[in-house]
Amino acid sequence: MQAASGMSAPASARTRFDPRRLAALFVKESHQVVRDPSSILIAFVLPAILLFLFGYAVSLDINRVRVAVVLEDDSPEAYSLASSFLGSSYFDVSIARDRRQVEEGLVSGELYGVIVVPQDFARRLLAAGRADSSDGVSGAPASVQVLTDGSQPNTAAFVQNYSQGAVTNWLQQRQLTRGAAMPADLAADTRVWYNPALHSRDFLVPGSIAVIMTITGTLLTALVVAREWERGTMEALMATPIGIFEILAGKLAPYFVLGMAAMTVCVIAAVQVFDVPLRGSIGALVAASAVFLLPALGQGLLISTLARNQFVAAQAAVISGFLPAFLLSGFIFDIASMPVPIQVVTHVVAARYFVTCLKTLFLVGDVWPLLLPNMAAMAAIGAVFLGITALRTKKRLD
Amino acid sequence: MAFRLPMWVRLRALIVKELLALLRDPKSRVVLIVPPLVQLFVFSFAATLEVKNVSMAVLDEDHSRWSWELIQRFRASPTFADVVMLDGARQIQSVLDRQQVLLVLRIGETFARDLEASAQPVSGAAEEGGARPASLQLILDGRRSNTAQIVQGYAAEIISGLARDAAAARGGASARSGSNSAGSSPAVAVIGRNWFNPNLIYRWFTVPSIIALLMTVTGLIVTGLSLARERELATLDQLLVSPLTTWEILLGKTIPAVIVGAIQAVFFVSAAVLVLQVPFNGSLALLFLSLFVFMLSVIGIGLFISSLAQTQQQAILGALALISPAVLLSGFASPVESMPGWLQVVAEANPLKHFMIIARGVFLKDMPAALVLANTWPMVAIAAVTLTAAALVFRRKLGS
Repeated sequence: MQAASGMSAPASARTRFDPRRLAALFVKESHQVVRDPSSILIAFVLPAILLFLFGYAVSLDINRVRVAVVLEDDSPEAYSLASSFLGSSYFDVSIARDRRQVEEGLVSGELYGVIVVPQDFARRLLAAGRADSSDGVSGAPASVQVLTDGSQPNTAAFVQNYSQGAVTNWLQQRQLTRGAAMPADLAADTRVWYNPALHSRDFLVPGSIAVIMTITGTLLTALVVAREWERGTMEALMATPIGIFEILAGKLAPYFVLGMAAMTVCVIAAVQVFDVPLRGSIGALVAASAVFLLPALGQGLLISTLARNQFVAAQAAVISGFLPAFLLSGFIFDIASMPVPIQVVTHVVAARYFVTCLKTLFLVGDVWPLLLPNMAAMAAIGAVFLGITALRTKKRLD
Repeated sequence: MAFRLPMWVRLRALIVKELLALLRDPKSRVVLIVPPLVQLFVFSFAATLEVKNVSMAVLDEDHSRWSWELIQRFRASPTFADVVMLDGARQIQSVLDRQQVLLVLRIGETFARDLEASAQPVSGAAEEGGARPASLQLILDGRRSNTAQIVQGYAAEIISGLARDAAAARGGASARSGSNSAGSSPAVAVIGRNWFNPNLIYRWFTVPSIIALLMTVTGLIVTGLSLARERELATLDQLLVSPLTTWEILLGKTIPAVIVGAIQAVFFVSAAVLVLQVPFNGSLALLFLSLFVFMLSVIGIGLFISSLAQTQQQAILGALALISPAVLLSGFASPVESMPGWLQVVAEANPLKHFMIIARGVFLKDMPAALVLANTWPMVAIAAVTLTAAALVFRRKLGS
């Protein structure tokens, strides 16, 4: 602080923009980046690990869910129904005789569902069939109980829906083999555009690039500049005739280059390793990434300026950068399904706009009417972050 | 060595010093409690795979009673919040491309005719039951393929509900004229029951998971930085010339982090139960016991990173490089069982994976002690390995 308050350079000398000074600062900052192995780690190794994990580990396609079918009834009908569950590719089925044997599995998490075929299943089913044909009044219909582990709501709903489906299928098959009349169901002809095979990887990998870029951009910048404040080298820099905008530009430029390099690695890996289609143009991709780096780097600078301490800066960067990019960007969790107040919050998360741009650029193409408003939003957030940073830094100097 | 304080006195001094270093700065105090609480609230509501408020578009080329009825049913469904009417097929591309809607329902000119035809019972001899030319088309946005898949199910439900009702209307008419309508009503009732969370409230799943996630984040960062900061500020040398042994130094770093974690956990659990209304059915003692082991394993990882790192920056980046895989391999965003086999093996080394099972189990399932312990012992192993590794690396670095 001594150095800062003791500055006596005339204001005019500092506010004048000098490309040579900027170049010198750029060189100095670049040396700092290149010499620290951790920046290489974060720019290249971490994105590679993350992409790899997002590509292989996170799959929202639910398949082979572990369930048990409890046959309290040992009629041929009950066996036939059980075998239709066994034949389903959605379930990994084990058969039990007594529900007490398997209910434990729901508590321990070994099973996601238990399908109970009760003792009177066949009797009621056959009774209903007879009642129908003789136009009499049928008793209670045959029933199947589906118990699920509600502590995992998504899987529980899946088990309910697909059990219902398996039972309906079985009934239809049964009707058909008995030559009974039944109304044809009406089904819509369904097409999924942009991702016809519904590979979750095709939309997760582009989205994960936004998370990776947030880490690279925000976290690295926050840490590096916080360290300068911590060590007092920032004050030393301010004591030089360099203007505040030159300092900001000089700080940002090397990380901008690093961010674009990380982006290149991600895109090449996405297309080459994970076979994600890239239907938009490279130009549009570069433009969107460049615009995204403004708020990402700006947020990092702002955090470091406010925190001036690596510990606080790291926490703040993770909490305001990484986790929102992961949870509030619409990358995995759909924004439209969130409560309205939280939807409002997502509007200040720059990654949200970048996720939209990336998914569109990879899977659809250059849809400028969608890309431009999103890029404008990112630029606006970036301008706010950088503006506040500039103001705060100036204030501390006076 | 004329005079040596007993070990617990030395240790207590170090713990007090660590707690002061952590909590004296008002900024770090705030950072440890307030943002995680805010996060708990925001993320618990945000991290939902439920599908709501879907906006859709309809292109009605039929303009019949039935097409109007179908649109009304979509409007009435709680899943679809916003139904836009399109004027022509050319608009389909633009509304989907610009993400204005998630799906487009196109009702063809012959829809009403086909529906009434399909309402006639098809005789058992009919070769192709459902191969009717589709007069209904559903076009979904694959950019949100997960949501699209779920929405597709809801839409199919609405459509076949309409078909059933049309058939019932027909069947009622034809029943009077003598023919029967067997098979139009389901002969088997599927009775669904969701244990532990009868109404499948998504928050009940996310809150315990997010608590575990946030504790990992702070645990790793707090301990990840501790040794690295001392090294960077050169205060580590002062510690080393003190009579403290390596193990005591590590213990002195571990205990304050456990204390901070326990304080956080008390805030989290109270907020979850009192504010977010998540039921707490299990044993608080079991939760805190497993939490203690979980914190030890996280701290072990943090100290290991810290002992390797030369600077705080490296330590934070190392911690972050571990946090993301830990979150991804925890079963939070997608079940561990749907991952490739070898990744499931890797996930066993992830304390977060084990603790999430316990957190959800104790909150919702009243998990018995035996099961909690079965999920706790892998964390004991992780803690033992990482803490020993941290001590070894730390000692080796001192030797060099």
